[in-house]
Amino acid sequence: MTHFDVATEAVEAALAAGARYADARVMHRRMESMSARNGEIEELEQDEDAGVGVRALVGSSWGFHAVPDLSSAAVKRAGTTAAAIAAASAQVPGPSADLVAAHAMTASWASDCSVDPLSVPLSDKGDLLVSTTATMRDAGADQAEALYQIWDTRKWFVSSEGHRIDQHIRECGAGISATVIGDGETQRRSYPSYRGQYGTRGWEIVTDMDLNAHSGRIAEEARALISAPACPSGTTTVILGSEQMALQIHESVGHAIELDRILGWEAAFAGTSWLDLAQLGQLRYGSDLMNITIDPTIPGALGSFGFDDEGTQAHARPAVRNGVWVGVLAGRDSAAVAGLDYAGSVRADGWSRLPMVRMTNVGLEPGPHTLDEMIAATDDGILMDINRSWSIDDKRLNFQFGCEIGWEIKNGKLGRMLKNPTYTGIGPQFWRSMDMLAAEVVAWGTPNCGKGQPGQIGHTGHPAAAARFAGVRVGVRG
Amino acid sequence: MAVADSLAVAGKVLDLVRAAAPAAEAEALVGLTELALTRFANSFIHQNVSDVTSSVRLRLHHEGRTTSGSTTITDDAGLRALVERTVVAARLCPPDPLWPGLAPPAPVAPAPPMDKATAYAEPGERAARVRSFVDAAGGLETAGYCSTLHWSLTFANSAGQSASGETAEAAFDGIARLGMSDGLSRIAGPRLADIDGARLGLRAAAKARAGANPVELPPGQYEVVLEPTAVVDLLQLMAIYGFNGKKVVERQSFVELGRQQFDTSVSIVEDPLDAEGAALPFDVEGTPRQRIAFVDQGVTAAVAHDRRSARQAGAASTGHAMPGAASWGAIATNLHLLPAGAVGQDPSGARTPVPAEAEGPPADTAVADLVSQVERGLLVTDNWYTRVLDPRPLVVTGLTRNGVWLIEDGQVTSPVQNMRFTQSYPQALSPGGVLGIGAASVPLPSGWGLMTYRAPALRLSSWNFTGNASG
Repeated sequence: MTHFDVATEAVEAALAAGARYADARVMHRRMESMSARNGEIEELEQDEDAGVGVRALVGSSWGFHAVPDLSSAAVKRAGTTAAAIAAASAQVPGPSADLVAAHAMTASWASDCSVDPLSVPLSDKGDLLVSTTATMRDAGADQAEALYQIWDTRKWFVSSEGHRIDQHIRECGAGISATVIGDGETQRRSYPSYRGQYGTRGWEIVTDMDLNAHSGRIAEEARALISAPACPSGTTTVILGSEQMALQIHESVGHAIELDRILGWEAAFAGTSWLDLAQLGQLRYGSDLMNITIDPTIPGALGSFGFDDEGTQAHARPAVRNGVWVGVLAGRDSAAVAGLDYAGSVRADGWSRLPMVRMTNVGLEPGPHTLDEMIAATDDGILMDINRSWSIDDKRLNFQFGCEIGWEIKNGKLGRMLKNPTYTGIGPQFWRSMDMLAAEVVAWGTPNCGKGQPGQIGHTGHPAAAARFAGVRVGVRG
Repeated sequence: MAVADSLAVAGKVLDLVRAAAPAAEAEALVGLTELALTRFANSFIHQNVSDVTSSVRLRLHHEGRTTSGSTTITDDAGLRALVERTVVAARLCPPDPLWPGLAPPAPVAPAPPMDKATAYAEPGERAARVRSFVDAAGGLETAGYCSTLHWSLTFANSAGQSASGETAEAAFDGIARLGMSDGLSRIAGPRLADIDGARLGLRAAAKARAGANPVELPPGQYEVVLEPTAVVDLLQLMAIYGFNGKKVVERQSFVELGRQQFDTSVSIVEDPLDAEGAALPFDVEGTPRQRIAFVDQGVTAAVAHDRRSARQAGAASTGHAMPGAASWGAIATNLHLLPAGAVGQDPSGARTPVPAEAEGPPADTAVADLVSQVERGLLVTDNWYTRVLDPRPLVVTGLTRNGVWLIEDGQVTSPVQNMRFTQSYPQALSPGGVLGIGAASVPLPSGWGLMTYRAPALRLSSWNFTGNASG
């Protein structure tokens, strides 16, 4: 029996049990990760999982069931169980559930991969982590950490509407960090970001990072931060590096434009959104420089795919244009509720989890400036980069973010290094204060986006560039 | 998978390892998780899921190298593939000089009895509780979930240690909404039958109504009464960043063993044998678990260790190994901040009944006594999106959620809009900082997996609010 046959049997069983729509995803995923600390390997993990998740719509109610057993009998039971769960949902029914159209396709898609990361010898990968952490340790780090992570996912999707789609997505990335422990404090520097940079690429993404070339520098910077002055408290001009901008986009735009949150479906956990659908197409989200695009087609970015987990083909869509909110991340059911005609942003964390609205690649279009121009144009401000802490309210409005490192800017020039740089604000007020935006965009990958109950971990991408903001409150302390 | 089947699978894995690498030290872990969660929003069930996940995990140490692997493919071919690739990986990866060795044979205490009705609950039973919650909210919009979990684990290693156990947990977490005000009911326990959706719905609605039309207060230092749902957040972050043996070894924790770091009224125990929590009496290294006092009347007395961090600390494993612990460290799974009057009692004496009133003011009787002692301060129901600015002093920023009220002269006088705080958690509980502890300890679910923490309300002398709804 092929994987498509397995999925088809599950779908047919759900239909036979009363579902008016059903879909099934068979997934097989291999994962490998290794971490090192202070010149020694800390952990090597190689995992494999496989199973099928079945979604059934009975009347206006959904059910989902997943099993690791791909035998014919087991997947038929899974389909039947999904329909039975949907029937139980009808004890507390909602409004009629419709699905916006997703063209039923037979298709195959694979992400680009030059060097299969699982084929790179473990000894080579281990030696890289050992050597970078040894260098950081020798350069003054008290805790020198390095890790890589690899995911190799194959999935076969079948729906009762006729979809038959298989995909092979390989994701990979790595990172290093150096922590120095002072008197009652810790300071950390990371490269390219804490716990790494990731993409839908092969091992070449790690090779391109050249971790060894940066290990000594970040250890020295972490030690220097211990004796650096603290970020002053007050209101000033802030320039954020592109990695921190990726976090800013993820938290204060990406989650806010998730349609399930806007509709209240996440109210008790992840939260809602300050955005009101009645204002779609009119609301000023940010300054004219703010252009955010939802684009799962970007080659190599972590949130890229050929089709989402409802079978909708990947396509780019504007979310914010010239500062005005114009688009959302949607699924087939949430789009129908909202009266929209597009979906394409639904994914699941493995076969055992329900597909739900998730970010794909949500990022900034490039601006007209350079980082040097921004610094030169700033009389008094602070440059901050590399995220260290992040917190935002359940409506995605009130945020407080911290970075690993800052530099004061005086009279158009970078000055002293600053430790514990933090800034806080209200999302739309902050984005409306963006007055300069760099042209150089990096597609940062976030492999740890939590959402849903049971919890799911999503992989998202965020094209981002350095940007400048006016009148920002900085230096919040405990 | 029955326990006998799991033992057979674990034995088969160890046999395959012996054949492929006779000198290797090996651990096999066979797990089965059945999780079902009925989720509702806008007062209807919008997501209703269940999954069965069986997995086999192998860790082996061979010729000075350590590797781990797992699979959900548990037929003969799947097990052979797991062993083959893990043995190959052990030959290729760099050496592991900190390998702590396998857990020796040791007796394991029996797990508390499992409630089979909870473990194998039907979707209709969860949906019925959601129905009751929604109906009891009296027309307010509702959202949340009702879940049941069955977890079984079988362990065997090549040193001769083996153990098996299973546990179940039910949880309900729901809000009722009135305008901008959300009222919360949250509870966990070993029996679904104990979860009364109607009572929880009434309580959530009462709190939502009491939170309507909140005022904005300026940031600053406030005396606070934290409800158990907020206190559990303190326990979770202190478990990850503080009472974590690896973080202590790395000097990244605030913990100083033997020192009076907390108010004398604070005692915290880790109790994996607590019949009110979901836990097993052994960890993924096969080490037996037992009740441990982490904080005894303000003195930090112990931290969680797996075998690796214990070796580095010169201590013994406390049975807190978990997948990923080599990187993240050992994290307590069943922390219990003892309620007032429970210090020095045996564990059963600490099980103060949870107040049962459903209606009434925002503070129930277990919290009201603390509120009555506050001249001016804030009553906080829940913490949200708490993140660590610096792990060593454990300075955390986050927001209030699901209800804040101003307390004046011992009375709740006004609901307050959510506020942001930036606060060192251990500092808030430091000597002199704790002005009162509630009499009832509430078991609560964790959003982070198989953990059940229990906490009473706390009255703290100062909490650093650094922002309000305006910024």
